[in-house]
Amino acid sequence: MTLTEKILARASGRSQVAAGDNVWVNADILLTHDVCGPGSIGVFKREFGQDAKVWDPNKIVIIPDHYIFTADRLSNRNVDVLREFAKEQELPYFYDVIDDPNGHWTFNVARGQVGRQHGSRYQGVCHAALPQRGHARPGEVLFGTDSHTCMAGAFGEFATGIGNTDAGFILGTGKLLLKVPETMRFYLEAELPKGVMAKDVILHVIGDIGFDGATYRAMQWEGPGASALDIDDRMTIANMAIEAGGKNGIFPADEKTFAYVNERVRENGTKSSYEPVELDTDQRFVFDRVYDLSKLEPTVAMHPNPGNRALAKALEHVRLDRAYIGSCTGGKTSDFVAFAEVVRGKRVQIETYGVPATSEVVQELKQFRLGNSPVWDVLVDAGVMMTENASCAACLGGPQDTFGRLNAPLTCISATNRNFPGRMGSKESKVYLASPYTVAASALTGRVTDPREFLS
Amino acid sequence: MAKKLISPVYVVSDNIDTDQIIPAQYLTLVPTIPDEYEKLGSYAMAGLPNDLYPHDFIKPGTMKTEYKIVIAGKNFGCGSSREHAPIALGAAGVDVIVAESYARIFFRNSVATGELYPYEAQERLIDTVKIGDIATIDFDGDTIEINGQTHQLKPMGDVRPVIEAGGLFNYARKAGMISKR
Ligand code: SF4
Repeated sequence: MTLTEKILARASGRSQVAAGDNVWVNADILLTHDVCGPGSIGVFKREFGQDAKVWDPNKIVIIPDHYIFTADRLSNRNVDVLREFAKEQELPYFYDVIDDPNGHWTFNVARGQVGRQHGSRYQGVCHAALPQRGHARPGEVLFGTDSHTCMAGAFGEFATGIGNTDAGFILGTGKLLLKVPETMRFYLEAELPKGVMAKDVILHVIGDIGFDGATYRAMQWEGPGASALDIDDRMTIANMAIEAGGKNGIFPADEKTFAYVNERVRENGTKSSYEPVELDTDQRFVFDRVYDLSKLEPTVAMHPNPGNRALAKALEHVRLDRAYIGSCTGGKTSDFVAFAEVVRGKRVQIETYGVPATSEVVQELKQFRLGNSPVWDVLVDAGVMMTENASCAACLGGPQDTFGRLNAPLTCISATNRNFPGRMGSKESKVYLASPYTVAASALTGRVTDPREFLS
Repeated sequence: MAKKLISPVYVVSDNIDTDQIIPAQYLTLVPTIPDEYEKLGSYAMAGLPNDLYPHDFIKPGTMKTEYKIVIAGKNFGCGSSREHAPIALGAAGVDVIVAESYARIFFRNSVATGELYPYEAQERLIDTVKIGDIATIDFDGDTIEINGQTHQLKPMGDVRPVIEAGGLFNYARKAGMISKR
């Protein structure tokens, strides 16, 4: 069996499953946020009753992150709905925006978008926060009401996105009926050359198989190239399985995974036991391809979809109005450090927005140094507009006043994961997806730029 | 549900993602609140670029669409997992999508909510059909008849009884998987 099959077999109490089987799977964690949480709770209450109790309070993780730092009344209300539910159900893992369990969240417009406006428990983007707070464990099943839930596949677990109705069902029962996906294997050889990042790997692969090339399927990443990637890089890649239509992405768990997970569960006092699955020798794949990482070059997905691939160096004629770094896939500490390496001591030529994925990233960027200065200062000195309010921000457009939103038909290069029309705001805008290196180099020139010339 | 549905069709191209079906700024609306459900419907397809789709899906000043059938190309509903997408279409009055293929989560959400019948076409209808053409869906024969031609659709199989029951919960109750209310 493949990694995905092994996990689904165990979670459905069987010794064996095959692709195509429909099985009832027990959830280890259900993740939700402010956009889909209120609707999922609504479904749960409608179907199980106003006084119903969730199946297991310790297995529900609620991380508001999407529309937080906005004056939009309904957005603020949705955070209140989550708080109310967490209180009523006594959920230990609700990462509220504010510290007062009886309060209401309202964004203070006068204080603006840049300075910190949240309490001490607030995390930011759910997929980045989930592992940081000790809720990702090898061998487990994670369901989340967000398509990028697949990011946790980086930790050797089965993780997939679902809708509100499915989530409402899980809230009541702890299970879900799933079809076991076929598995595609991506076998990575060698290591990434200088200037090429994990983002380039996934953009290259999606361009290769098409952005519906993995529809209904699991994307399994293996080989020495996969082992050589560190955890952040694996997260970047697993995150974008959905951009090829995939049900999940998964890396085998190894020493790096265990080190990360063990530290995080200890720090946060979350469940520390887990049972990883190991690679079988008799795996059956519907697709199997080898990629030599040393041959990859900085890659871009052009407007209007993530499969519309080109090399950065072939797009130097494309003029840009804006650069953006942030999101679950592109707003991790390592992403900002890479960005800072390129812009250090220089000035960006176009409006450039930086939104850390989580509050922990904010802290780390202020602590970690590049040369003599904190990474945060390197970025600000280069002209990047950084916010201390970690969130999804303009990754998905959001309300008009969202930090970095494309409110006009602009052309933007972005370290995020989607570039469908209107994804980052105006539906007449154009978004190019690229690695943090490429976004940084492009911010310095105002055109799509191969970053290698800036990295000696 | 009637065995046949007759309606003018709306036609969209390949790769219509959920941001085009329901733009992100409207996701603040909670679909289980009746007023907000209606509102969501009124924004269905609001993200289609105007230059490519000059024809209104929902007439200005109204909340519902006149097109109960949407004909689409490949990979309809790709992108986010937002259930708001099939719900917005359903709330706007759409009953059936006929696409060449679907993104997984959109398909699943259509079934789970029971809002839409996501039929798969076996040929590329979008090249021969235009907005406003009148189509007849025959649910028993799994066909669509349009412009004098009848096209076979892929039967929905396992998921059809779920949609007919009105979604996952009603189905699970009927099947005894969860207790009756
Ligand atoms: S950062 Fe973007 S892709 Fe990630 S969860 Fe938020 S909106 Fe989705």
